[in-house]
Amino acid sequence: MTGRRHLLAAAAGLPAAALARDGWAQQRLASLYMFIPAGPGGGWDGLGRAIEQVARQAGLVGSFQFENVGGAGGSVGLPRFVGQRRGRPDALMVAGSIMVGATLTNKTPVGLKDVTPIARMTEEAGVVVVPASSDIKDLKGFLDALKANPGGTSIAGGSAGGTDHITLGLILKALGRSAKEGSYVAFAGGGPAQAAILGAQVKAGISGLSEFVEQIRSGRMRALATTGATRTDPNIPTLKESGIDVVITNWRGVFAPPGIRPDAREKLVALMTEVHGLPAWTETLRTRDWADAFLTGEAFSAFLAQDVTQTEAVLKEVGLA
Amino acid sequence: MMDSIAGLQLGFSHALTLGNLGWALLGCFLGTAIGVLPGIGPALTIALLLPITFKVEATGAFILFCGVFYGAMYGGSTTSILLNTPGESGSIITALEGAKMARNGRAGPALATAAIGSFVAGTIGTLGISFLGPVVVDLALKLGPAEYFSLMLLCFVTVSAVLGGSALRGLTSLFFGLLLGLVGIDLQTGQPRMTLGVPELLDGVNVVLVAVALFAVGETLYMAWRHTNAAPQVRQVGSIMMSRQDWRRSIGPWLRGSLLGFPFGVMPAGGTEMPTMLSYYAERKLVKPEHAKEFGTTGAIEGVAGPEAANNAAAAGILVPMLTLGLPTSATAAIMLSAFQSYGINPGPMLFEQQGALVWTLIASLYVANIMLVVLNLPLVGLWARILKIPQPQLYAGILVFATIGTYGISNSVTDLVLLYVIGIIGMFMRRFDFPTAPVVIGMILGPMAEQAMRQALTISEGDWTTFLTRPVSLAILLLAVVALVGPRLYGRLVSRAP
Repeated sequence: MTGRRHLLAAAAGLPAAALARDGWAQQRLASLYMFIPAGPGGGWDGLGRAIEQVARQAGLVGSFQFENVGGAGGSVGLPRFVGQRRGRPDALMVAGSIMVGATLTNKTPVGLKDVTPIARMTEEAGVVVVPASSDIKDLKGFLDALKANPGGTSIAGGSAGGTDHITLGLILKALGRSAKEGSYVAFAGGGPAQAAILGAQVKAGISGLSEFVEQIRSGRMRALATTGATRTDPNIPTLKESGIDVVITNWRGVFAPPGIRPDAREKLVALMTEVHGLPAWTETLRTRDWADAFLTGEAFSAFLAQDVTQTEAVLKEVGLA
Repeated sequence: MMDSIAGLQLGFSHALTLGNLGWALLGCFLGTAIGVLPGIGPALTIALLLPITFKVEATGAFILFCGVFYGAMYGGSTTSILLNTPGESGSIITALEGAKMARNGRAGPALATAAIGSFVAGTIGTLGISFLGPVVVDLALKLGPAEYFSLMLLCFVTVSAVLGGSALRGLTSLFFGLLLGLVGIDLQTGQPRMTLGVPELLDGVNVVLVAVALFAVGETLYMAWRHTNAAPQVRQVGSIMMSRQDWRRSIGPWLRGSLLGFPFGVMPAGGTEMPTMLSYYAERKLVKPEHAKEFGTTGAIEGVAGPEAANNAAAAGILVPMLTLGLPTSATAAIMLSAFQSYGINPGPMLFEQQGALVWTLIASLYVANIMLVVLNLPLVGLWARILKIPQPQLYAGILVFATIGTYGISNSVTDLVLLYVIGIIGMFMRRFDFPTAPVVIGMILGPMAEQAMRQALTISEGDWTTFLTRPVSLAILLLAVVALVGPRLYGRLVSRAP
């Protein structure tokens, strides 16, 4: 994380500081219903419970009620949230980039366009790695191999249609190949995928940086590039600075139900802005190793629209949407 | 080796404090309880316990989690044996012989051999973690999707052991299982298959649900249908203790099951189900001729001892890639890794060096938990077995309630309850028309794993099918499968031809 995002975060934090001065422990909501479209213990659950921790300690929200409905990248939970909470001003759902792809590949009748965007909170850059024993030494070597023979360059990652798969599709498109030509090997979960890379069963791997960071540090995997707009790790170049115009992160944020009144939406945005401005939130980001990606209002809506377009384009090209 | 012993000494000195023993006991108790309930597994329990990481120091929390994990493996067998209702996917095979033993007045020995077998396997597995961990994991990483596919083909051979009298009926059941396994999102393309537009089916049909539906619900409905006029009979509880012969017959399967289970647990795509199937198959083939007829009829103790040991040894093995490389190869391990992260500990290849005291305390507490569990479970055998004294109508009603609650607990979904009863009714008719139910479950477990492994292997090889034959380990496993499939038949033909 470097300057630009810090500035952005600080700018967003200003109104929160102003709000905080005249009403530090002022309760914004008596109770808040937090819907997690994933099982307990995952990334979305972690974000939801971290928001609870910070907001309740600061006295912003009286009590939280959680519901987890897991399955299929949020495709099971989303229709339920849309159906049961329509118009309710005191409900939030945690979601993120995984849901963008999942709702497209599963062709669910409702999508993220059917909920009200409140705030993007965190993001995580992806990373392209090769096994330590690989003869691919740097990003250039990888891109050359991929461009020359995409079919022979097998790449492991998470489930098909997910962020890792989209990343490969975008890289191939940037290289002037079709996303369809990629040799993508989907694994259920980070463990089996990491095992396949460590054992050099595949040529390379793509996943969230946090999944691979320990393997990179111990020298069992070699990181070639990260996928964020700026460097996450000062020693690993980004795709963008290496001439591949691909920026994609795994972001997470909160959404309100459809059909809520504009003032209810404003209230939730203000609440999340306040949470984001608290020192406890900064501390949470630090201990969890989450990158701050705070974005609200029109900027968030615009980002969301762009993410959906980009994802859909790749999925259509691969033939999955 | 010396490092391991020094580490263990350090670990035991931490694990044997009063506070940590208390955490271990609490974990074992909780684990046994959730293991008994079908549906709620160790992964969900530990996930629900995650908030304690805000309050409790790391050592205590991980001892608790490991107690839950080991306890669930012990508890899972209890309902498999007594009620034919497996609590976890690893104890589905245990139900095959275990429930038959219980029905024939041998519930006590079945539960005892499961508990002691779990202890033996847990101890062997924990020894494996302590002394072999890093070596085994490096070997396991050499296995790719091609080898996994071959291993699963080998496991398919085990279906032949449970096909029953008619191959046609058995294979029909197997294909029903393969069909059920196809439901849900396909991992390699992200596309939904055979979900009939029901979003709850996107993640597929839960295998524990199907096992409970076919074994417990199907059986109960069948009893209600066919036994209306029969006088209510009370089942024999029989002797609680294992006889000298039971011991003699159990020791071999315990050891074989443990040695089979541990490496499967270490394999990143191994899991606890495959070794139970292979162990069942092996015990059925290796059983002394005078006991062979007990398999599938009155229940053979070997068929409980082996798979139950394999299941527990595999559970221990699963901790190896987690502790040595930070690889979450099962849902439980993934949740435990996220608990490490909430303490700011980065689980990875450097965990042993950076957090030596914590890791060794954890391993030492696994030995402690194992002893606690066998002490906790053996006296319970008598108590559990008494459940069978409940008159049959009430007992079966209880099973139905229990299966329903447990299934709802998997994901709080009404769709799951509908599925439970639809598949239960199918199970009732299968029972009526003599279709074996075990191949359904085996097909459902192996089918999707084999399909994904095959497609992963073929993507890597750019569609070249010879990849299964040109990789030496894969070829060796395939040859083993061929031997297991045609070997006994050839041998039988040779013996019968001899004058």
